[in-house]
Amino acid sequence: MPLAWLGVVPFMVFAVLFMLLPTAYLVVGAFQDTAGNFTLSNISRLSEPNIVNAYAISLKISAASALIGGFLGFFLAYAAVSGGLPAWIRPTLMTFSGVASNFAGIPLAFAFLATLGRTGLVTWFLATYCGFNLYATGFNLLSFWGLTITYLYFQIPLMVLILAPALDGLKKEWREASSILGASSWQYWRHVALPVLWPSILGTTLLLFANAFGAVATAYALTGSSLNIVTILLYAQIRGDVLHDPHLGYALALGMIVITGLSNGAYLWLRARSERWLR
Amino acid sequence: MKESRFGSWLALAIGTLYFVIPLISTLEFSLRMKRGEYSLEAYRVVLRDPRFQDSFLYSTTLAVLTIIIGVLLVLPTAYVVRLKLPRLRPIVEFITLLPLVVPPIIIVFGYLRIYNTSSFLPLTASARSTDLLLTFGYVTLALPYMYRSVDTGLRSIDVRTLTEAAESLGAGWFTILFRVILPNVRSAILSGAFLTFAIVIGEFVFASLLNRPAFGPYLQLIGANRAYEPAALAVIAFIVTWACMGLIQLFGRARTARPGS
Repeated sequence: MPLAWLGVVPFMVFAVLFMLLPTAYLVVGAFQDTAGNFTLSNISRLSEPNIVNAYAISLKISAASALIGGFLGFFLAYAAVSGGLPAWIRPTLMTFSGVASNFAGIPLAFAFLATLGRTGLVTWFLATYCGFNLYATGFNLLSFWGLTITYLYFQIPLMVLILAPALDGLKKEWREASSILGASSWQYWRHVALPVLWPSILGTTLLLFANAFGAVATAYALTGSSLNIVTILLYAQIRGDVLHDPHLGYALALGMIVITGLSNGAYLWLRARSERWLR
Repeated sequence: MKESRFGSWLALAIGTLYFVIPLISTLEFSLRMKRGEYSLEAYRVVLRDPRFQDSFLYSTTLAVLTIIIGVLLVLPTAYVVRLKLPRLRPIVEFITLLPLVVPPIIIVFGYLRIYNTSSFLPLTASARSTDLLLTFGYVTLALPYMYRSVDTGLRSIDVRTLTEAAESLGAGWFTILFRVILPNVRSAILSGAFLTFAIVIGEFVFASLLNRPAFGPYLQLIGANRAYEPAALAVIAFIVTWACMGLIQLFGRARTARPGS
């Protein structure tokens, strides 16, 4: 028995040293002043306009990319799993999704600069062949919509990857049974398929949300520090204390932990719930 | 029925356009370095750049170290939890999911505060020890994927019988773990390893904030200063990611194709 514990101890020590302690340090620091006394002033100072603004833009981009990515990913997964398409499409889509969901970070920013940047191929194509100047409409890749469209490149595939197995769990017999009983397609979705699927759909959308909220590299490579989102503000704070108060930095981090913690926690809970039906 | 199939094709067509156009654009852009003709000039410049070679080698080395440490950490734990201490499962699974809950930028922020030069464990004091800290950081990033693939691998073999057979032949725990169990979950470990590689090779936040010369910060530097090289680097990064995923599929298939396993 002691030998068995020996197998777990290094793992636990590692987890404490390199995950729990660093996180706990920031959480505790968020409630301390520079002298180490307990205070709530760091938390209340999160209401400063530039911080609120950073959270607002981050939340908006994360929500938009999660909702749109979830919606489009659902249809794509459904088309591949039960849309009556040729059999080779599904494994191809799954492999590609595996690649695209990991093709994030800085190279993704480069790819979209080459596509929708000022000298990008699509921008050029629209201007030359459609007489449509994309940048005259006020579009900018370094903006809310630009970042959202870029994030979709890993959000949609992630939705496809997680949702496809859940869609497999919809048994053919359920559809047959409901149509024998005279249900319309709408009624089948409303009363059979969606009640089974909604924990997966909602849970994965929350996962996408947290995924976008914590992302740094793509936004940093695209916008430098010109777009004021939380992760970029935190990055600048870690580098050079731009808030001029280390403890306000900890509070900023705490806010992020709470947001990603809640949405990922809800995702894990919903995932456990959905496993009841989808075996 | 015909109508719904039309919808499927439409969804697929739109999806394909969205995913393929940026790839074509990037490829096209990367070939435009010489005025008036397509050439591989950007690739030549990038591949000859000593900073590219150094940072790519650095990140590759770290990725390999991450994989080794990750396996050494995860395999004994997953094995013991499965065989002897199943009541620890919820705790261990919670820990392996933590890196998904806490964003990487938060974890590295904590590192910089806890392991600075005046702390109880001054890991950021020298370049070598910072490399070690960076590797540990990557192990945490890879933990959810590593643990899941190893655990799936263990589930598909009969751990108990293998252990008892090895024990009755007089094998010690080291032999059991690394000469009996490990070869049997080799393909699962390899798929975790390639995913880890894909994650580590282009990682930016950890390396940049710990100030180490990894591939991610190099990418950022080139992106901020050059026009065509970033597109070439994006194509290279895409190929590396694709290769990792392809290898995962390859090993996954070899495993299911093996008779009787």
